[in-house]
Amino acid sequence: MELIAIFISAVLVQNFVLYYFLGICPFLGVSKKIDSALSMGLAVTFVMSITAVVSWLINNLILIPYDLGYLQIVSFILVIASLVQLVEMFIRKISPPLYQALGIYLPLITTNCAIMGLALIAALNGYSFVETVIFGFGSGIGFTLAIVLMAGIREQLDLSDVPEPLKGAGIALIVAGIMALAFNGFIGMLT
Amino acid sequence: MPNLSSKKEIFLTGLWKDNPVLRQVLGICSTLAVTNLMVNTLVMDAGLIFTVCMSSLTVSLLRNYTPMRIRMMVQTLIIASYVIIVDIIIKAHLPDISEALGPYVALIITNCIIMGRCEAFARNNPPLASFLDGLGMSLGYSLILITIAFIREPLGFGTLLGIRVMPEGFVQWTIMIMAPGAFFTLGILVWISKYILPNAKNGVERK
Repeated sequence: MELIAIFISAVLVQNFVLYYFLGICPFLGVSKKIDSALSMGLAVTFVMSITAVVSWLINNLILIPYDLGYLQIVSFILVIASLVQLVEMFIRKISPPLYQALGIYLPLITTNCAIMGLALIAALNGYSFVETVIFGFGSGIGFTLAIVLMAGIREQLDLSDVPEPLKGAGIALIVAGIMALAFNGFIGMLT
Repeated sequence: MPNLSSKKEIFLTGLWKDNPVLRQVLGICSTLAVTNLMVNTLVMDAGLIFTVCMSSLTVSLLRNYTPMRIRMMVQTLIIASYVIIVDIIIKAHLPDISEALGPYVALIITNCIIMGRCEAFARNNPPLASFLDGLGMSLGYSLILITIAFIREPLGFGTLLGIRVMPEGFVQWTIMIMAPGAFFTLGILVWISKYILPNAKNGVERK
């Protein structure tokens, strides 16, 4: 039950984009078309799930036992950077079609604050190993959901008459605000 | 941008003409997350200004000794060290605010502005110019954060820096301190800034 609650909360209630404001750069940058948004979402979900596992191991097996908490920031960022590289090489070798599909989005993920945020928030909440895995996967799904919905709305927006200065970032942010408003409704699910 | 001769110009570009938040749409994550209280915003700003200036300065000082191939790694490590300093100082002296800011202090490291300035400016400019560029950019960023907090805190809590500013009986707009309020406020600010200076490049294209 606990695990389901963590999953639902990560997907809907405490959505990374709309609740924690993490990963806004790709959320605004890669949400012009539904299929590229979906690829980005999948790439993020993939990296998030792996990051959750690795950062948990580093935090609980190295940093905490040896009292190195102050190295958390630098070790997480290095882990994420090398992990993304590793994942990229691995996918290119194992599954070229998947590599084609994820394409340029993989390297972009290194600078995505959602990944770093995931590692930090999971450590801050003191999740157990299984909980961290669920949390990482759920957060990725939540990100995918938000970015795909956003892309769907923006494809429609292209056809509508938006005031000139509001085009681009302005209207995207306001749409995101309305989406955040809608997602707020899910808070009731967990109480 | 590197050919800009006068130091003042470098400084002012970051402050308004090329403002990182409104123009380049960078570093929005923390912009939105910490602006529901003015106190949090000010602490966050101080941390960011310190990190950006010092990282730009350090990257610039080391620019002739850093091999091209590993410069990203070097920059990341430089930034990480300064973020750790900021994190430790805030934890030690302002524990309440550290609690409120949660993961966002550590997330200064992924703020695209810092890496962006190191990569775009500090890497091939002398130390003083890089420092000023960092200062201008981070002050421009702070200015926007303060503006947003200035709108959100009075409307959401009826206070400013914890002091009551709205009249008695003012109904608090709870929505302003939650996520949607942040998106709306920033969206409207971007709108206004583009209305005043319409010829700017479309920020979303530039990651």
